[in-house]
Amino acid sequence: MSIWEYANPKKFMETSSWALPWVTGLAVVTLLTGLVWGFFFTPDDYRQGSTVKIIYIHVPAAMMAINCWAMMLVTSLIWLVRRHHVSVLAAKAAAPVGMTMTLIALFTGAIWGQPMWGTWWAWDPRLTSFLILFLFYLGYLALWEAVDDPDSAADLTSVLCLVGSVFALLSRYAVLFWNQGLHQGASLSLDSKEHVSDVFAYPLWTSMAGFVLLFLTLVLLRTRTEIRARRLRALEARERMA
Amino acid sequence: MVGLGKYAATVLGAYAVTILLLAVLVIATLRRGRVMRERLEAQERRMARHG
Repeated sequence: MSIWEYANPKKFMETSSWALPWVTGLAVVTLLTGLVWGFFFTPDDYRQGSTVKIIYIHVPAAMMAINCWAMMLVTSLIWLVRRHHVSVLAAKAAAPVGMTMTLIALFTGAIWGQPMWGTWWAWDPRLTSFLILFLFYLGYLALWEAVDDPDSAADLTSVLCLVGSVFALLSRYAVLFWNQGLHQGASLSLDSKEHVSDVFAYPLWTSMAGFVLLFLTLVLLRTRTEIRARRLRALEARERMA
Repeated sequence: MVGLGKYAATVLGAYAVTILLLAVLVIATLRRGRVMRERLEAQERRMARHG
């Protein structure tokens, strides 16, 4: 069996219909476990106090903001190269989810930054690149709405996605490129010299898994809706021509 | 209730914003999905009736 079978809308609808209840259930259980564990059953940090609990939403949301754009990049490339509609519809479906994750990361970061850094906002490399990523999400969605022909919209948004990938990468690695920012380095690292304590890391990993599953659930649901919307447009056009 | 100390408003505010944004996203996703499914079914029924 080839992965390209799922580029067939009918096959995608059948498979996603079977998978959705399982993915949704797993997402709810994992997300609730991670957040309840982190919020109620972890100690305060010796420097940050209870604000450390914001890590369980801020880090997974920021991770998904970047990874969502990466997923859109892959599916946009598949559209540009192989012209599979399901692929570009999945990118379109993912954009509002990624934009919401970016907003959550920006808001929770600002709320945490006020007591810890003494400011809601700084023109720090990571914060700024995240703001630009948010604007790219907005632009991507606006472009889909602005162009009437679906295939032209798919082409243009795919190219925009390629350009925006620079900022998605920058959001991830900005703290490594520039040292003058306020934002600290990676919260989770395989480097033994720099990582958070296990007492915070385990619920954080769980919460991150929950956010990934939530993302998957929402993208499956939204892609199914986009496939239906495309079929509806095709049927309406056929009816007009009859 | 977990003791959040002097940062209670900060932590609860961050969680409230997150829950609100996720709730809006989930509700919008489900609502658009339902509307699109009903419109497609209606269109398919209409076209089946009229051949």
